[in-house]
Amino acid sequence: MPDRPPRTDPPRAGEGRGPRGSFYAETVSPDAPPVRCHVVTGKGGTGKTTVAAALALALAADGRTVLLVETEGRQGIAQLFDTPPLPYEERRVAVTRGGGEVKALAIDTEEALLEYLDLFYNLRRAGRALRKMGAIDFATAIAPGLRDVLITGKVKEAVTRRRDGERVYDAVVVDAPPTGRITRFLNVTGEMGQLARSGPIKTQSDGVMAVLKSPQTAVHLVTLLEDMPVQETADAIGELTAVGLPIGHVIVNMATEPLLPEASLTRAAEGRLTGAELAPALEAAHLPGPRLLADALAAEAVEHAQRWAAQDALRGDVAALGRPTVELPLLTGPIDLGSLFELAGRLEQHIRREVAA
Amino acid sequence: MTAPAMDLKALVEDRSTRIVVCCGAGGVGKTTTSAALALAAADAGRTVVVLTIDPARRLAQSLGLVELDNEPRPVDVGGADGELHAMMLDMKRTFDDIVVAHAAPDRAEQILENPFYQALSSSFAGTQEYMAMEKLGQLRATDRWDLIVVDTPPSRSALDFLDAPNRMGRFLDGTMIRLLTAPARAGGRAGMRLVGAGFMVFSRIISKILGGQLLRDISAFVSALDTMFGGFRERATATYEMLRMPGTSFVVVATPEPDALREASYFVDRLSAEGMRLAGLVVNRTHPPTTTALSATRAEGAAEEVAEAGGRGAKLAAGALRVHAERMIQATREQRLADRFTSAHPEVPIRTVPAAAGDVHDLAGLRVMGTELTGPDDDTPTGTPRTRILPARRS
Repeated sequence: MPDRPPRTDPPRAGEGRGPRGSFYAETVSPDAPPVRCHVVTGKGGTGKTTVAAALALALAADGRTVLLVETEGRQGIAQLFDTPPLPYEERRVAVTRGGGEVKALAIDTEEALLEYLDLFYNLRRAGRALRKMGAIDFATAIAPGLRDVLITGKVKEAVTRRRDGERVYDAVVVDAPPTGRITRFLNVTGEMGQLARSGPIKTQSDGVMAVLKSPQTAVHLVTLLEDMPVQETADAIGELTAVGLPIGHVIVNMATEPLLPEASLTRAAEGRLTGAELAPALEAAHLPGPRLLADALAAEAVEHAQRWAAQDALRGDVAALGRPTVELPLLTGPIDLGSLFELAGRLEQHIRREVAA
Repeated sequence: MTAPAMDLKALVEDRSTRIVVCCGAGGVGKTTTSAALALAAADAGRTVVVLTIDPARRLAQSLGLVELDNEPRPVDVGGADGELHAMMLDMKRTFDDIVVAHAAPDRAEQILENPFYQALSSSFAGTQEYMAMEKLGQLRATDRWDLIVVDTPPSRSALDFLDAPNRMGRFLDGTMIRLLTAPARAGGRAGMRLVGAGFMVFSRIISKILGGQLLRDISAFVSALDTMFGGFRERATATYEMLRMPGTSFVVVATPEPDALREASYFVDRLSAEGMRLAGLVVNRTHPPTTTALSATRAEGAAEEVAEAGGRGAKLAAGALRVHAERMIQATREQRLADRFTSAHPEVPIRTVPAAAGDVHDLAGLRVMGTELTGPDDDTPTGTPRTRILPARRS
């Protein structure tokens, strides 16, 4: 068991320098186009929505404009930012330092399909009638890939949107489906190719694919320091790589930060910490029932150290994924705007260090 | 307000309990809970099969699930009075098996090769839930096991497990699919007249967007399916009814997080609306403190005082006090969330299960969790009953 505190940023040579790995690729390698489309995925329960929101805040610092996109219709973003449910419309949800802002969009598949019909077939009115019949629901049901093409199509549109020749968004952050579905979700040509071998949807998915596979996209994977999320992250990296989708960072979320002195951590994790060691100091502080209290605190300290050690044991597996890594701490309070900014601060620090490297 | 205690020991030992369904939002520990309950039941002398959906690799290995053959395999559980069998659901294979079992060989082959069927059986939203129910029905029909513990698919919503089979049944038997595939069937013309021109537009758009091939595939699939059995809908309904039978109990699993508890809340309401039996709520991965004699604020203050005084062991003691302070804050938050659930559902029995320090990935770990689930209610270090994380405040 290595006796060391967790790193917020593994100091591994060369990491975070690849054009696809870094959050701000343009400052690292002047030739590579900047990463502007950040897709955030992770196993269920790893906090990918929270991480996506924090990343959007971090990227929006210093006057940048970022769009945060929700793809699964659960209004998680609205809850995080404590705003009313988001309509299918880009709404400002947060303002950041230096006049930056985060806008959010919850993509509604039906609305996106109507928009698509309108754009390509001039069929908006007919589309509305069809919706009443439940036909749109049906169409997206028989071809689940269609839903994904519509959502990723909207993402592509936002990433490439220009107004008066200027990019509208400096970055787009996508709160994407979980790791188990991510490759299918992003690999739209592959999925739709099975069902629609020709026609406009094929053309549409080819265009989306070109953006998603380009260096301006990075798929970030959120994990916990637990077996299954790490395993799923490894699987997802394998699958995404196989279809040529660019992988970004591995973001370790909810890591236990050690509260015990470094020298005692390993010993405590092995259960060799007793109340007798704590009692004198507790007694000196006039705490009630110092002996019983000392035993109880020792038990909690041992558990804390064991939790840290179990997580630390997985850091090797995370490093073996070969991707730049950033760690976010477990926050004890409820996740509110304040804690989002705290996490964003950590990500920003990481970004800055990466830029300096 | 305190929730009633959930007696999972009595539930799994009761011979009239034949099916236990563990459900809840994704990532709350349903698989581990199902496996731990199944093992506890086997230890208590029952012949159990646990149907898992997507177990962690190491847990799967410890259950002997190395081969994916879609059939239950005995698990070597030393010291158990009963038997434990385990299987991992293979949804495509389960679907293929239904087709093969119900269609003439040439028809079956036609269906299995149909591109729409292939998409449907491997990626259609709801197929996994439907197939989990289907497998449950098959296991129950053999009567080989006296208890079946089911883990539910990692859906976005816990309700999907109940809704997906019917939704899929409705979809496959539905008017829309019949109309859409009408050109290939007799009686299609009458259908056309009913919906009129709007439908023609729809059909045209669908062909435009998806290409005509898909429609032809669906049409071929549906007509092949029709001759196969009485319809997906009836089949889904029959399996659904099984969940309402006496002897079937639901255990809802949640972590002490707002999202997971919200899902649990929806699910509890739904079970009661459907007349299905709820055993209770497992609040998994809680962080109860070892002592409640010291509040977070006092622990923080003491940590500062101890650190300032210095001396031998001061750093360590200050660290331990900070660990306790953080633990109290976390436990308080978890208890508040659990209380919120209980005030909305005062009748729902609760069992809290403390978070293990590491992953549960072997039989020993499952037995520990089994004890947390089925052991005595009040043998905690602080004497707090296991319905709670912190003791109830006296008022």
